[in-house]
Formats: sequence, structure tokens, C-alpha cells
Amino acid sequence: MASGEGPMLLALRNVGKVFSNGVTALSDVDLTIREGDFLSLLGPSGCGKSTALRLIAGLSTPTSGVLDWRGSIDRSNIGFVFQEPTLLPWADVFDNVWLPLRLKGVSRAKAAPAVMEMLERVHLTGFENAVPRELSGGMKMRVSIARAMVTKPRILLMDEPFAALDEITRFKLNNDLLELWQDERFTVVFVTHSVFESVFLSNRVVVMAARPGRVHAELAIDAPYPRDEAFRTSPDYAALCREASDVLVGAINSTAGPHHDGQ
Amino acid sequence: MTASEETVLKLDPEEARRVRQERLERIGRWVLPLAIMILAIWLWDRVCVWNEIPKYILPRPGVVLQTLYDDAGLLFSSLLVTLRITFLSLLLAVIGGVGLAVLFAQSKWVEMSFFPFAIVLQVTPIVAIFPLINIYVDNQTVKLLLCAWIVAFFPILSNTTLGLNSVDRNLRDLFKLNGATRWQQLRYLRLPAAMPYFLGGLKIAGGLSLIGAVVAEFVAGAQGQSSGLASRIIEAGYRLNAPRLFAALILISLAGILIFLVLSLVSHLILRRWHESALKQER
Repeated sequence: MASGEGPMLLALRNVGKVFSNGVTALSDVDLTIREGDFLSLLGPSGCGKSTALRLIAGLSTPTSGVLDWRGSIDRSNIGFVFQEPTLLPWADVFDNVWLPLRLKGVSRAKAAPAVMEMLERVHLTGFENAVPRELSGGMKMRVSIARAMVTKPRILLMDEPFAALDEITRFKLNNDLLELWQDERFTVVFVTHSVFESVFLSNRVVVMAARPGRVHAELAIDAPYPRDEAFRTSPDYAALCREASDVLVGAINSTAGPHHDGQ
Repeated sequence: MTASEETVLKLDPEEARRVRQERLERIGRWVLPLAIMILAIWLWDRVCVWNEIPKYILPRPGVVLQTLYDDAGLLFSSLLVTLRITFLSLLLAVIGGVGLAVLFAQSKWVEMSFFPFAIVLQVTPIVAIFPLINIYVDNQTVKLLLCAWIVAFFPILSNTTLGLNSVDRNLRDLFKLNGATRWQQLRYLRLPAAMPYFLGGLKIAGGLSLIGAVVAEFVAGAQGQSSGLASRIIEAGYRLNAPRLFAALILISLAGILIFLVLSLVSHLILRRWHESALKQER
């Protein structure tokens, strides 16, 4: 699917966020998210990409500007995947995935088909009764994704979900996430600080700059889906990564004031 | 024997040393305290014999054991009285401690307002409060219960409060995102998260409720109003019946050990699947 063809789902208009300690996390952000987008927010630490995600999720309210949702959207239309798996350690895999439905009053028996289907989609069939500590990091993240998707949300927000995983596991999860996305046609906003990950996954990459957090540039990744391991080693992918990388360097250099490494 | 083992597994000297060390530690954990205990009892017996200490001052261990057997009817019925107070007050401490903690968890303001009073109750020595309770409360059982409860409820309250407030921030956000009600958040998130903390408090409270019961009986017993183990001890003290005094003491401390072991077991059974504290060390 080519970029930018779906109808608008959400537009951020002049969105700013200033924290009570005086830090301007976001300033004048304009961003349109279209139905079916796989959009990555790429940028250095402190560029406000996680803040933007929390604003979209409704976990935080903007200081200025508006979030313009097309049609009515309530929180049940939003799935969220955190940087950590964030599972209930005392509950088994089934109960963790059931949780969003349970909170909406769906009984265990009624939820079971949806839960089992989601577990199959993330390749965790047979692990229903395992508790999180018995799972590897990648498997925990799969449970977390299943939990976010079990309510069939229209938009899935992911906050650096694979940053803590080893490369092999990350590649596998990238592939499986793309497969899921292509089958279900939901919208994804994916926060990452990895150029390679953002280019591999998305049809649009929004590069952000820090101090204050703002949109620096937007890139269309015009490579066809499905993307697989062959794409990961193709010259096209390398060229796109170089392009994105150059833009990111520009974003980092555009940051006013003295430069800091890391923080 | 060791030679054949080594040919089977081919352990290098470092690993072999570790295996040996682990085996020794496993045995030592049981054997050493037992050996020390036996040695101490033997020494106690010898001291009595060598110095010809009369039994109304320090009875020999055998005499204590004999008394435990002879006075079993009297002592065990008293033990039951003390244990009844202990368990009832522990139960009330759990209900009161968890109930208050949940109330505190509803609002920072409630916690800020009332927590200092819980501390006041905790730090004031129960022996000093008892005369007041004695004036205001007529019923003997209620009197003792109240005393033991005051001593036992605080660790449960403070631990459970800490647990209810130690929920992962992202999990809290997740519940918010899914539109969880206050009750759902408590039921599915905060109470389970507080469980390890609560169980830690329960283990402390178990011992404290026994102490509270005995102390309360002591004060009440001095006025001849109690029939628990503490009053047996006071009675025996007046009559210079040291063997019975020792026998009662042994019963109390055995009861304390038993309470601790049972509560530890309960805690282990509840947490064994998920909490760090209950996991077997793997290395």
C-alpha cells in the first residue's frame, strides 16, 4: 500500500505541551494521521515523541492546540503498547490478554474465543497458562501486543516497544507486527529512536527534533508491502535508511543551544 | 566413591568444590542448630547438677519436661485460651489493617489525615494503655482482644498501604486507558500488587498478636482476671514453681514458632508462582 491514501483519522493542530517544571515538551506540532497508516515518530531522546503518543492516547492533555479526531473515538478504540511489557505478574497469559475485555465486563467464557485468537496471531498458542516470569522478553512483548489488540482497536499506539529486546528477537517481532497490520488494517503510531526499525516498518516516518520537541520533517517510505527479510537486505532499504538517517542528523543539528549526548 | 562420581560427570575442581559446598550447607542448615540446641540443654542440665541449684530456682530440663507432661491438662487449656485471643486479634488486625489501608488508598488526603494517629497507637506502649482500657471496657475477652489488636494491626496497615501505592505507573495508565472503574482498579490491580507487602506484614503481625495477647493477659492476670498462659506464669512465679514457669514459657515460644511457620507457608503458597521472594534461586 502506498502512503497517504487513506482518509484522515486524526489531526494534531498546533499542539503544544508545557510541563509544570517549565519544560516545553512539544511546540506547534501539526500532524495528520490517516486511516491505515503505519506512522513512525523518529527522533532523539527529549524530542517529545512519547509525549505526543500520550496526548493521542488521552493520558495527557495538550497545553495548546487541538486533537481533531475524525468521527467519534473513545478510549476503547485505542490500543497502547508500552516500552516494557507491563504485564500483571500474578496473572497468567490468558488473564493478561483478557484484562481489557474483563474491564469492559466481558466474562471469561465470552472473551475466550477473542483471547485465543489473538494468542494465535502472536504465535503464543499453548502458553495460556504460563505466568510472565516464565516467558522470555520477546514472548512477554507478544502478550503485551495481544492484550492491546484484543479489543480490535482502530489505532495502535506503540512506545518504543522493542527497544529492550535483542536484535534477532526484534527482527522477528517486526515481521510479525507487519503481518498482523496487513491482515487487520488498523492504524499504527510507532515511537522509536531506530532509523532502521522505522524505515522497515512504516509507510510514513515523521522525524522530530528536540528542545523544544517539534516535527522536523516527514518522509514517505515508498516501498511495497509485504516487506520481509529480503527487503531488510535490499539496496532499496539501505538507500531509504541513508535518506532517513540524513534527515535525522539534520534534526539533531537543528537543536538550538549546546548539544548534549544521551539525555 | 568420589572417583566414580567424577568419572561419570567429569566436574572440574571448581564445580566439584561448589557441589560439595552446597551439600554441606544443606545438611548444616538442620544439623548445626539442632546440635547447638542439644549442647545448650545438656550444659543447662550440667550446670544444675554441678552447682547443686535447687529446682525452685533453676529446674533441670528433665524436670521441666516432666512438669509439661504432668500439668499438661492445665497448661494446654491455658494455651488454648491464649491462642484464641491471639487468632481472634490477628483476624481483627487483618480486617482492620487491610480495611484502613484500602480506605487510605482511596485518597491521599485520607491517608495524610489519619496515618499519624495509627503511628501514635503503635508507638504508645500497650502496657501503659491497658489501665485505661481496663476502666472503659468490662468484657474480659474484648479487653484482651483490643490490646492484642492495637499491637498487631499496625504492620499490616503500613505494609498494605505501601503495597497499594506501589503499583507500576504504566499499569495504572493501562487501566485508565481501558476505562477501569475505581473498584476494578482496586480489585484487579492494587490489591494483587499489595499482596506480597500484606503477607510480609502478616508474618510480623502473627508474632505481635501473640505478644500482645500475652502482655494483655499479664496485666489482666495480675488482677486475677485471666486464665491464659501468662497468668499461669505469674501464678507459678508467686509459688516459686519454676518448673511450671519454664514449661509455660516453652509452650508460648513453641506457639510463636508455629504461627510464624504457618504464616510463612501460607505466604509461600500464595506467591510461589510469580513473586521474586518466593522463587527458587537459580544460578
